[in-house]
Amino acid sequence: MENRCESLYSKEVIKHFKNPKNMGEMKDADAVGKVGNPRCGDILRVFLKIEKKKINGKEKDYIKDIKFQTFGCMAAIAVSSVLTEMVKGKTIEEAKKLKNNEIVKKLGGLPAIKYHCSLLGAEALNEAIKNYESRLLKKDGDGFDWTTSLKKKK
Amino acid sequence: MRNIYLDNAATTKVDEKVVREMLPYFTEKYGNASSQHLVGQEAKRALQESRHVIAKSINAKDDEIIFTSGGTESNNLALKGLFFANKEAGTEKNHIITTKIEHDCVLNSCKWLEKQGAKITCIDVNSEGFVNINQLKQSITPNTLVVSIIHGNNEIGTIQDIEEIGKICREKGVYFHIDACQSYTKTPINVKKQNLDLVTLNSHKIHGPKGVGALYIREGIKIIPLAHGGGHEKALRNGTENVSGIVGFAKSVNLASSGDIKHMTKLRDYLIEEILKIPNTKLNGAKGDKRLCNNINISFNNIEGEAIGGYLDSYGICSSTGSACSSHTLETSHVLKAIGLSNLQANTTLRLSLSKYTTKEEIDYTLEILKKVVEKLRRMSPIK
Repeated sequence: MENRCESLYSKEVIKHFKNPKNMGEMKDADAVGKVGNPRCGDILRVFLKIEKKKINGKEKDYIKDIKFQTFGCMAAIAVSSVLTEMVKGKTIEEAKKLKNNEIVKKLGGLPAIKYHCSLLGAEALNEAIKNYESRLLKKDGDGFDWTTSLKKKK
Repeated sequence: MRNIYLDNAATTKVDEKVVREMLPYFTEKYGNASSQHLVGQEAKRALQESRHVIAKSINAKDDEIIFTSGGTESNNLALKGLFFANKEAGTEKNHIITTKIEHDCVLNSCKWLEKQGAKITCIDVNSEGFVNINQLKQSITPNTLVVSIIHGNNEIGTIQDIEEIGKICREKGVYFHIDACQSYTKTPINVKKQNLDLVTLNSHKIHGPKGVGALYIREGIKIIPLAHGGGHEKALRNGTENVSGIVGFAKSVNLASSGDIKHMTKLRDYLIEEILKIPNTKLNGAKGDKRLCNNINISFNNIEGEAIGGYLDSYGICSSTGSACSSHTLETSHVLKAIGLSNLQANTTLRLSLSKYTTKEEIDYTLEILKKVVEKLRRMSPIK
């Protein structure tokens, strides 16, 4: 089905908006990131399932699964969807490097007044990663062998 | 693909009868109404006949109607024209009273006039969007020049009691201007009975062409023009008249009928009733005959109006948000704020506006799709 909002949004935005990927809540998430934009009212929540895998002989944390929930406009929903696709399967290190302009590029551009939606997406992902890392530190306090884990990473 | 147009508060389809009426004025009767020859006189006659139609529709005299390019120009001409005419005459009247739910062209004209020395008071409205009459009365001072109020609100559809406000203004000796862009032909306007001094009218909301409107200026009221020129429209709106547009405007007024109002009211009430069956929904604006017969404005908790509109569009249904994240601005609607909605609530709002062409079948299809869309977006939303 065609969508006539195309005058405002790119085909890629419409595609993600209409059939958002990885949408919904994750009950057993390892980390959650939530951000809101007080100006436009959008709220994004990103859930991460993180596991370890060996890459070139080194064990690394990677995003095994990712889901999102969004209260927002078409752009915010499309940003959320494309973002999850972009980082699913990536290591945490790689995911951390994701910039909002890469999201915009992947979506084939966003109208200038919707650019902030991409920032919100990148922020939500970062919050989720921060949440994961702070949990690791807490686990450290609870007897988790953080130093070994770090050594292993090196 | 289907095309269901439920954004008639933005603009309407031009009636084909209107188009047919206009056509000869492009290639046959293309004269300049100021010319003395036959072709010019033909245009002049059309202009006079059209002026009579508009005047009669609001119980005014023909020469109290000035044709303009539309609602925005008429509102600008009314406020700026009055203000500067009084400034020129050296009167002390520099105070303008308006409301918090006006169209941007009134609010931004007032903001600009403030820089030119005007004092502006914006009256509050209640949760249904009705002007606070006591506050209005108390705000009138000896310096008050004009009270300017939107008759039928473009976002929430509330129709003000202009008869009561008109009486107050006449008693206090201040001018009363109404912006009737949305209400014209949908609810009665009678300049004598309602004590109106200036009335803004336009054509494209009533199945006429875009780029045409009118301003009623009661006989004896002095205003100055925005643009100076060759003396058209009593030298208040200079520039060769848009004869074809004006002819189309008059035809659209002639075509408007009480049957259309009944038709739209019935569909409006059905649509509102059915949408409110969806959980966590709320109607914004007034109810019953105090609401524009074609306006529906609903807040859907926890999901954004823009996203609802986006999905509706993919099913061929045209709607509007009239709120933040609209195509031009991120600012939350000042109208929804004025009736007490938070930024978050305002963003959950969808406006559907009907026309005489809207059918019951289209409404049923819209309801079916709307229910699906709301459910999908609520599943997506982190707010429950």
